Amino acid sequence: MHTNRYTLIYIVVLSFIVAVVLAFTFSGLKPIHDANEAVFKKRDILSSVKDQLPIDIVKASTEEVLEHFDASIEQVVIDANGKVVEGAKADDIDMKQEEKKPLEERQYPIYIYEGAEAKYYLIAIRGNGLWDKIWGTIAMKDDFNTIAGVSFDHVTETAGLGAEIKDSEAFKKAFQGKKLYNDNGEYVSVAIVKGGVKKPSHQVDAIAGATITSKGVTEMMNRGLAIYLPYFDSLKK
Amino acid sequence: MAETATQTVPEKEPLFGKKERKLLIDPLNDNNPITVQVLGICSALAVTSMVKPAVIMALSATFVMAFSNLTISLLRKGIPKQVRMIVQLVVIAFLVTIVELVLKAANYPIWKQLSVYIGLIITNCIVMGRLEAYAMANKPWRSFLDGIGNGLGYGILLVMVAVARELFGKGSLMGFKIIGNTPDCLIDTTTNAWFGWYMQNNIMVLPAAALFVICVIIWVQRARNSKLVDIS
Repeated sequence: MHTNRYTLIYIVVLSFIVAVVLAFTFSGLKPIHDANEAVFKKRDILSSVKDQLPIDIVKASTEEVLEHFDASIEQVVIDANGKVVEGAKADDIDMKQEEKKPLEERQYPIYIYEGAEAKYYLIAIRGNGLWDKIWGTIAMKDDFNTIAGVSFDHVTETAGLGAEIKDSEAFKKAFQGKKLYNDNGEYVSVAIVKGGVKKPSHQVDAIAGATITSKGVTEMMNRGLAIYLPYFDSLKK
Repeated sequence: MAETATQTVPEKEPLFGKKERKLLIDPLNDNNPITVQVLGICSALAVTSMVKPAVIMALSATFVMAFSNLTISLLRKGIPKQVRMIVQLVVIAFLVTIVELVLKAANYPIWKQLSVYIGLIITNCIVMGRLEAYAMANKPWRSFLDGIGNGLGYGILLVMVAVARELFGKGSLMGFKIIGNTPDCLIDTTTNAWFGWYMQNNIMVLPAAALFVICVIIWVQRARNSKLVDIS
């Protein structure tokens, strides 16, 4: 039997060693983690317009992604009223942090992609899935009505069900060509529906078994896209 | 469990004798942590819907099991009995955190996919079970092998279940499309004359399907392995 004193010292020393080693490993790997995260995010943003890209975004190397991103993306930040914030970069906006601010103080990132033929406006949206947050990038054509492409991501939706919003190419492809406004010029956004699409310009077929995630995406798009409309209106003039 | 008995008689220990080989091979079949000891079921449900995450999970868990067994075995004489569980947990949590940090640096997309489950290795009952049952009473080298053996035994089951679930649920393996109703699949059910009736089974994607698959594996294993007939 060990004495209490021995037990106490043992635990303190063990905790100390573990803490020191972990702290060093963490700070040693932090730059790599941050770089990985930045590239991952840029790859994700670019993948919303992947059909327009000259490179294959899935297979492209880290350098290619960074180079292409820097060369062809113009970054804009807007405030809650759709006014451009001078001198701000979209990269510095973290949607996760913005969410904690009151509505009127939030800022939103826009990445303007200068394609070979046209400009695309890549905007960030964020909402709730089944288990945790979901978010996405929507690429708008320069008529500010037609969706050119989307990419979604999530914290931890169910693999094979909710996670298909990110993994299924067919689901993301279904958004291409959808319109935000109906024929009367009213904002209707795009909805994800079960059991057959009735309005082909505004509806996308849901993923089987992912009801709550689908509702989350619908809500996220409806609310998220509306925020950017004033900015788009100001560009139309 | 027979192998937990401490060896009091000093014996000559070869690096790879019969006993050592047994430590590695036993958990793969006769003493498999999932199908025979029925441990670690929860993670077997969670990460087996696709093969790639299952393989990474298997490797990470094997690493954690091998090195936690080794560490605890090295420390076993000094660990105060009253706090041995806490010490074991600290060691496991330490190794899991290292695995997570390294994976995040080495392959960020896979880390994103597995992030929650990597942390759950800490609560995997197999790790703690092997520490208590084996590493606390055995020498480091053998404990290390025991950890590898059990990690692989756990991993081989994960991969088997994942193969079944991904193939029948999504029609692909490691993301490579085998069968389905789109033209980029190896067998396109819309044009192939023999597989026109085939449909993906969505139930296989749900976590519950992992239980069905594990049960079938246990059934087949017991039917073939006479040693298991009388156990439990």
